Order: sequence, then structure tokens, then C-alpha cells
Amino acid sequence: MLPEIGLGLLWLAAALAGLQLLAGGLSLTANGKGMAGIVRPVAMVQGVLAAAALGILIWLFVQTDLSVKLVAENSHSAKPLMFKIAGTWGNHEGSMLLWVTVMGLGGAFVAAVERRLPEPTMMATLAGQAFVSLGFYAFLLFASNPFARLYPAPEDGNGLNPLLQDPGLAFHPPTLYLGYVGLSIAFSFAIGALITRQVGPDFARAMRPWVLGAWIFLTVGITAGSYWAYYVLGWGGWWFWDPVENASLMPWLAATALLHSASVLAARNALRAWTVMLGVVAFSMSMVGTFLVRSGILTSVHAFAVDPRRGGFILALLAIYIGGALLLFALRAATVTEGERFAITSREGALVFNNVMLSSILGITLIGTLYPLFTEAMGTKVSVGPPYFTPVSAMFAVPMFVVLIFGPMLRWRRDKFSRISPLLALPLVVAIAAGGWAFAVGVRHVLPLLGLALGPALVVASFLPLRGRSVLRAPLSLWGMVIAHAGIGVALFGMASDSAFTVEKLVAAKVGEVNQVGPWSIRLAEVAPIAGPNWTAMEGVLKARYDGGAEVTLRPQSRTFWAPLQTNAVSALKGRWNGQLYTVLGDETLSDKGESRWQLRLWWKPYVPLIWIGGLLVALGGGLALLSRVAQDLKRRMARAKGGNRRDEVAALAHGDAAKGDAA
Amino acid sequence: MAVRAKHQRLVLLGIALVALIGAGLLATWALRSQASYFYVPADMAANPPEADRAVRLGGMVERGSMKNAPDGVTVNFIVTDGKARIPVRFAGIRPALFVEGSGVVAEGKLGRDGTFVADNLLAKHDEKYVPREMKDMQQARKAIENTK
Repeated sequence: MLPEIGLGLLWLAAALAGLQLLAGGLSLTANGKGMAGIVRPVAMVQGVLAAAALGILIWLFVQTDLSVKLVAENSHSAKPLMFKIAGTWGNHEGSMLLWVTVMGLGGAFVAAVERRLPEPTMMATLAGQAFVSLGFYAFLLFASNPFARLYPAPEDGNGLNPLLQDPGLAFHPPTLYLGYVGLSIAFSFAIGALITRQVGPDFARAMRPWVLGAWIFLTVGITAGSYWAYYVLGWGGWWFWDPVENASLMPWLAATALLHSASVLAARNALRAWTVMLGVVAFSMSMVGTFLVRSGILTSVHAFAVDPRRGGFILALLAIYIGGALLLFALRAATVTEGERFAITSREGALVFNNVMLSSILGITLIGTLYPLFTEAMGTKVSVGPPYFTPVSAMFAVPMFVVLIFGPMLRWRRDKFSRISPLLALPLVVAIAAGGWAFAVGVRHVLPLLGLALGPALVVASFLPLRGRSVLRAPLSLWGMVIAHAGIGVALFGMASDSAFTVEKLVAAKVGEVNQVGPWSIRLAEVAPIAGPNWTAMEGVLKARYDGGAEVTLRPQSRTFWAPLQTNAVSALKGRWNGQLYTVLGDETLSDKGESRWQLRLWWKPYVPLIWIGGLLVALGGGLALLSRVAQDLKRRMARAKGGNRRDEVAALAHGDAAKGDAA
Repeated sequence: MAVRAKHQRLVLLGIALVALIGAGLLATWALRSQASYFYVPADMAANPPEADRAVRLGGMVERGSMKNAPDGVTVNFIVTDGKARIPVRFAGIRPALFVEGSGVVAEGKLGRDGTFVADNLLAKHDEKYVPREMKDMQQARKAIENTK
């Protein structure tokens, strides 16, 4: 019965989205103004219903209700509870339900709290949100019903891909989805502003916190996903330029550009059409990513199901939404009047540079990701990997980082280089020192050298905008910017360190044998079988010493899962302040004399964890900026409410006086 | 740089377009030299790729061809499509379902001695996750079995 209720709730939510679109649209016409009152409540109920449907699906997974096809295909009664819950979105249908839920809740949230914009713009925005939601409801209901039954119910489920049976999975997809789909709100704001021709600082100020929120989730999601790939896949890499990673990077690049252009629009009323365009592009990239991942066109762990009908459906949705939004933009862009002007040497100028570079990296990533599809249509199979993406994106990223060193110190509107050039001595010295050190220790490749020099310079330069201010009294949003930019420098240093300093060793070791990798000496103490809830494993016990120091133990495993039957290496990591030791256990091989040996893959990765620490700093900076925006808005609202009360009181007094006067 | 204020919007548009078109041109140029092509053994025997170019080789691991090197981590085997045979060398931890008679996609470079040096092997993970190229391999396997 529960699955049918869930399906019913979904249909109801879809119907409400239709009503929201209709009422929102009608409220913009002369005769339909009366409809405006119901739009916000409908949006809120729609979100709640979608969330309830997701709640039911989670419950079915927890119960392992095998009469539901999705549960039978993706879950197993012997799976730990956390993975039963996480399994809800570890498949195509469930993840799409999560998508519409986040979208519905996002719309509900906007409907509940956003009151800064003129009401017609809000109505157009909510109608736009409903329009996008409707397409995804249709996709869910017609092409990927999560509540479909299976008859007869099987004895037990198929289980979940062991690669996905990891605590990271419980949080990684929901976090990324909050980011992807959160951008739908920016998209709807852009549509609303275009329809009602209200592109201005108010629009940017209203949209900014939503973009910021989505961007924080994206940043955390990408950082977590990168770390997950790093330790789960056992290849020792943190970014593979896999289509799915690109699918998350592209919306992030667009959202980063949007954040910066929105701040120009909010502060200076410039870059109007460009900001609207980025609002459209950011969510379009989320949808393109979903299409790439979910259509099964590209190979990936994330490509849950290969179903051409689904690919076609998403492609149609893409064409309608992206094409429609771009058409609207083309029709209305000319009516968006030009914003304020600025000199090239100004904060605006630096931010324009940032935007152009980010957009170029986005373009390069998009072309590289789609290229295999084009060539395959021509009959040639190719794959595009790091040899293309890394150098080509660096050509744009490096100039961007250079501008990032001084850009935040420039003044709005017009500035002179001579004013800030004395301040640049410090980052310059740091860059030369760091680059010189890297060269001295033997780094010879250009990109790692640049990264090692620019990273520390960026960290130092990020704090320069705080000069001459009391550290405690500097506004929270300024701190947010400082920390986020410093995080970029920290992450950059970590990335460059990985390619510059990583030492790798691959051996077949006898028990008792000692191997040296970098400063570590590692002894294979024993290899023993162990068992877990739904797997058995061979576990290697490694005793490692850093430079003759205290002994630490690492336990890499080679696990065999039985539902579904599959083997998976589980790496063991040991962090120090200056890096991470990474170990993987492979197969048993026999030597010529018939002695047993175990394959070991050992990496010493100096400073590599800085990649994720930097990513988290970037997100933290975003969080501080968001906090400051929300606090400002609350303060304004309270002031207005107080002002409103006072007016009421004055009015009441005046009325009272008038009444007394009448009595007298 | 003195830009007449009147034309600022056009100038900005121009800069953005130049950068984006530049990025596009750069991308297409780089893709031509950096994209890694997919070969089956027959293609590779007929038109070998340049020695230092990263490519992928897909086919079946020939039965009886897999030999472990004395170092315990290197394996030599032959990838075939029924028409040609290419020797492959791989050092590393092998994917779980990498066995003789199964399909494999090897990423790496063709050495000057005619041996394909793989730095990564993609094998079938489980029933659900099959690298897309492997599906084409299954057709190759059928072709090989039919000739027996």
C-alpha cells in the first residue's frame, strides 16, 4: 500500500506544480491578479509532498520491501542500515526523486521567505520554478517510476555496488544535488527577472544568497567526491576528469562566475545582461551534467541505467528548458539597459576577467566532455583525459590566479596600479621564495612549479584586503572572501604537490619484508582473512615508520562482497602534518621458488590533503558570506517590522485622538 | 587603456567573445593531439599509433597467454580480436575479474618493440557496471567463438 501512496503523492505534487505554473503565469496578466495569493502556498505544499514521497521511498528501503522493483534491484536485507538509507539515492529512480524533492523544497523555501523583490517578479520566478519541476516530475512518473512493483517478490535483493557501500555515499549525492538543483532557483530568478524586466541590483541581492547556498553545497560535494574517489578507487588520484566529475565541475564554474558577477551587479549595477545569462547557464550545466550521467551515453560508476528512452527524455527536457531560456534571453537582452560603466583597472575589471576565464574553462571542459560523443557519431571512438584537460584549463586558470592576487585590492569603478603595487611586494616575494624552493628540491615541470609558487602567494595575498582594518571589526562578508580565496591557494598548493612530490612503489612482498617509499619504511607483518557484515577479506597488516620514527599500523584489505559477488580493494591511509601514506593490497602471487608474495602498492603523497582542506576552506568562506547576507537581511526585516509597528501605533493614536475629538 | 565610455558594452562583449572563441579553438586544436583513440588488435596491427601517443586497446585476453613476470607485479598477455594478436605488458594491481578469455580494455602506449605497455586495465566489474567498450568486446568474443 505504501508504494501506491508514494506514487499518489508524486502525482499530486506534479499537479500542484502545474497549478503553480498556471496561477503564477495568470497573476502576471491584467485579469488574473487574484491568482497571486495561492502561488506561494501551492509552492510550499508541492515541496512538502515531494519530500513525503522521498520519505516513503527511504522507508521502503529501510524495510527492504522486496515487492518494490527498485528495492529488489538495489538493496539487500543483509546490508547495514546506513547503506539501506543511502541506497535510496544510489540508483537512477531514487536519485531523480531526490532531485525533484530538492527542487520542490527549494521552491517552497523561496516561496516562504523571499520578500525583497516586487511581487510580479516573484510570481514569474515561482512559475518558472514550477515549469522546470514539471518536466522532471514527468520524467519521474513516465520514464523512471521509483515505486513500480515487482511480482512475484524475490527472496532477497540484488544488493548495492560495493564501490557505493561507503559512508561517503550517504552524504555525497544529497550534498551535490542540493548544489545542482539549488541552481534551479538562480535559473528561475533569472527567468522571472527577464519576464518582468526587473534586472537590477535588487534582483542580484535577492538571488545572491540562493546562489551562494547552492555553491557552498556544490563545493562541499565536489571536495567530498574527490576525496571519496581518492580513497575508494584505490588509484591514488584525486581527480580523473571523468565525465561525471566534469558534470559537477561545470555548474560549479558557472556558479562561481555567477557569484562574482552578481556581486558586481549588487554593488555597482553593472554586468546586468551577463549576470542573467550566467543564471541561465549555471542550472543548464546542472541539467547537461544529469543528461550525460543518466543517459548512459558515457561510461561511469555513476551511470546507473542505460535506457535510451530516458536519454531521449532528458535531451527533450534540456532542449525545452535551455533553448527556451536562451530564446527568452535573446528576446529580452536588448531591453536590459546598460549598467554603470567602469575603468579597466578597477574591481569590476578584475571580476570581468575572472568571469571570462571561468567561462573559458567551462567551455573547454564542456567541449572536452562532449568531444567523444561527436567523434563517435562520426564513427571514431576516442576518450579524452588529463593530457587534454589539465594543460588546456591551466592556460586560463593560471592568469586567473594571477589576477586573483591583486584583484580584491582594487577599488570599485576606477583605480590605479601605482596605488596597490607596493602591496604586491609581499606576494611576489612569497611566490619567488616558494617557486625557488620547489626548483631547488628538484621540481622541473612547469605546471607543478607554477602551482607551488602561486599557491602560497595567493594565500598571503588573500589576507591583504584586511590591512588597515581591525581584524575583529572587519565585516563577516570580507572574511568570507578572504578565507575562500586563501582556500583556493591552499588547494592549488596541494594539487601541485601531488604531481610534484608523489612517490610510488609497486612490489610483491613476502611477509616480513620491508620496503622503502619516500621517507617511510614499511614492513608487511602479516596477511590474514577477516569477515564483515556482507563481505570477507584478506587484510594486510603493515607496520610503517616515518624516517625511523614511531611505528604505525595500516590495514589495507582486498574485500570480496557476496551480494553482488565482486572484489574490491580497500586502501589504508595514514596522515601526517606533511602528507599522507597511501597503501593498497593486491593479489597473492607465487615466486619462482613457490614462496607466497603479496602485491602492495605504496604511495607517499606530501601535502596532498591540502587539496581537500583548501576545498573546505573555500566552502567555509562561502558559508561566512552567506551568514553575513542572511544576518543583514534579518536586521533589515526587523527594522522594517519595527517601523511598521510604529506606524501602526501612530496611526492608532491618531485614530484614537480623532475618536476622542468626535466624542467631545 | 582609454576606452570610450560609449562603447564599453561592445568592448566587454568583444573581450568575452574573443576569449570564448579562443578557448574553443584551443580546445579543438588540443583535442586533435590529445584525445586517446580506441583500437582493436586488427586496427593496431594494420595502422600502429605513434609510439608515444596514449591510446586504448580493447579485445579478449587470449587463453593460455597470461604469464606472470618474476617480479610478482608485472603480467604479460596477448589481446586478440580473432584477426590479430597484440602482446601487452601491465605492472600493477589487476582488476578483480581480469582473467583469460575475458574482455579487457587496456589504456597505455604502444612500445617501439611492438608490445603495448598498459598503465591501466579496465575489466568487467560486475554484472551491472560494464565499461561501454566492453560491450563491443562481447560481440568480438562471439565472433571468436564462432570461428572455433
